[in-house]
Amino acid sequence: MITYLEAIREAQRQALENDPRVYIYGQDIGAFGGAFKATKNLAQSFPGRVLDSPISEDAMVGSAIGASLQGMRPIVEMQFADFSTVGFNQIVNQAATMFWRTGVPCPITIRLPSGGTPGSGPFHSQNLEALYAHYPGLILMTPATVEDAYSMLLEAVALDDPVIFCEHKYLYFHLKAESLPSEALPVGRARIARAGRDATVVTYSAMVHEALSAAEELSTQGWEIEVIDLRSIKPLDTDTVLASVARTGRILAVGEAWPWGGVTAEVLARVATDGFNLLDAPPMRLNSKDTPVPFHPNLWGTHRPTAQTIVSALRDLLRL
Amino acid sequence: MLQSAEMPRHTVKASDFSETYRRAFRWMLLARTTEEKIASVFRSGGKITGGVFLGKGQEAISVATGIALRNGDIFAPLIRDQAGRLAFGESLLDCTLTYLGARSGPMRGRDGNVHRGRPLEGLLPMISHLGAMISVVNGMLMAHRFQGKKNTVGAASLGDGATSTGAFHESINQAAVENLPLVLVVTNNQYAYSTPNDRQFACADLVDKAIGYGIRGHSVDGTDLGACLRVIGSAVELARQGEGPQLVVATNLRLVGHGEHDDAHYIAPHLKEMPLGRDSLAVAEAELLQNAWADSETIEGWTRDSISQVEKAIAHSLREPSPDPATEDWCALSSRHLAEGLSSNGSRG
Repeated sequence: MITYLEAIREAQRQALENDPRVYIYGQDIGAFGGAFKATKNLAQSFPGRVLDSPISEDAMVGSAIGASLQGMRPIVEMQFADFSTVGFNQIVNQAATMFWRTGVPCPITIRLPSGGTPGSGPFHSQNLEALYAHYPGLILMTPATVEDAYSMLLEAVALDDPVIFCEHKYLYFHLKAESLPSEALPVGRARIARAGRDATVVTYSAMVHEALSAAEELSTQGWEIEVIDLRSIKPLDTDTVLASVARTGRILAVGEAWPWGGVTAEVLARVATDGFNLLDAPPMRLNSKDTPVPFHPNLWGTHRPTAQTIVSALRDLLRL
Repeated sequence: MLQSAEMPRHTVKASDFSETYRRAFRWMLLARTTEEKIASVFRSGGKITGGVFLGKGQEAISVATGIALRNGDIFAPLIRDQAGRLAFGESLLDCTLTYLGARSGPMRGRDGNVHRGRPLEGLLPMISHLGAMISVVNGMLMAHRFQGKKNTVGAASLGDGATSTGAFHESINQAAVENLPLVLVVTNNQYAYSTPNDRQFACADLVDKAIGYGIRGHSVDGTDLGACLRVIGSAVELARQGEGPQLVVATNLRLVGHGEHDDAHYIAPHLKEMPLGRDSLAVAEAELLQNAWADSETIEGWTRDSISQVEKAIAHSLREPSPDPATEDWCALSSRHLAEGLSSNGSRG
């Protein structure tokens, strides 16, 4: 069995092994192996290519951009997605604009350990994918499975554009697969995680698993819910979403991120614009509450969508 | 490259200081001539949109930086670096085409004026966020280390205002930790836009910051071309020899507004009377004459040559087509298959 976290480590090992242009840069990632051990033993296996950085997110990203312009393929590990805001300027103004302005690609991968876990609180739990997706010039990957964590990270490193790789901390240790995949859907294609008939749930990252649990529960009552895992939120596979809504006539978009704007709003805007006539009911969405992410597990468990709140939203959507 | 056909770029031995001085002076003269022409086209209206940012007074520091670098080095100029850009090898056409927004310029109308560069040739196109280019230079130098490229140097230009940013702190510390061959040339021209030094920092001298980062600091009179060539040249040499990052702080006065939209009325009159208020181009010309490194006839010839090069570059650039929104490639990704809305003019556009 291999965990989601081990898949990320193996993808990095593969990338380092396959391509001498790859190096990894981040806080505590060298001999220590990273705050979550995503780079455990990599510094020993690849001397000089897994480098501890100072606590300087702006300079970490800026230097990765520079190295990429000189032919390298850096992977930057943010210790937590939340801290990437310190490097925000370099990501959105330098990396994201480089190809458009100069015609020179900027192949960097920035790993954001994202999302909430019990007790992590306001500054170690954030989901920033919508923030980065807003900027042209960036690719946003949000893997929900062990297989995708592995194959999409390898694809991220191989792509010529800056990739924000949102890996979910809640899945690090719990999510397991039999083995690593040898092939994968290309980035930009959503996956039907569960086929259904009565309603479509469109989601990504850790919420895929909450949606699958919700679908399982409703199936015992005779309702078949289709669950779509977006995999990457930019590009967003609108075609797969619309095709599913054409079958079910109902859509619920679910995201762990905050409600204002964001991925769920984008999904529903596209469905309402391009698939209005497919809808048998008003489109719905479910996000976290519009507060900072709380510390205490009692509050945190209620702050974000769960299988239970997804079931309840789906019952509304199905007019039950 | 219009101007490099006439003035090829190579490194000149330190022993031939007067020759370096003459070359530097000619770049300064060409830069000043270029900028005066750009300003005049801007004022005549209609041809140049957006800002015009001039380096008047700052040519000595800038050229000394550009001339100390060589092929394979990295240069991250800022807004007052026309002279350094020319000395580093940027063509005059890159400047005029970009200011005039021509599709054939390096930025193709997608970015303008001082935001131009050619990253693959080591010339970085600055973003507007100050201090942000330093860590990019660091990364290029780290790449050189990974790739086994030896003896390259990266230089970044900054003003006094940029030293207050977090990016400055992070990147100078990063360069020190990695012991990178980085030369930071800080021009303290007394004002960051309208903000004077006493509202920008509280240390006695910006060069004092070097010790806190564990790197070497150098001070230089930014109005004195000879001093700039010696001090910046030696800082670049130290970096090249593996002595780690070097901080050079040059002192002068900005002799123009922040941009051409700014009349700089806030500049304290007494500063203009001080030695730091001298015009480095005029000082260098006097020095050339005094040392008999050039006579006035020669300098007049150089001036005519500069004017002719600039006129040619402007005339050429004025004839170049502007970008066309209908045929523009509205794709921000290099991986085209992952770009959204390329063929749609609807909600996904």
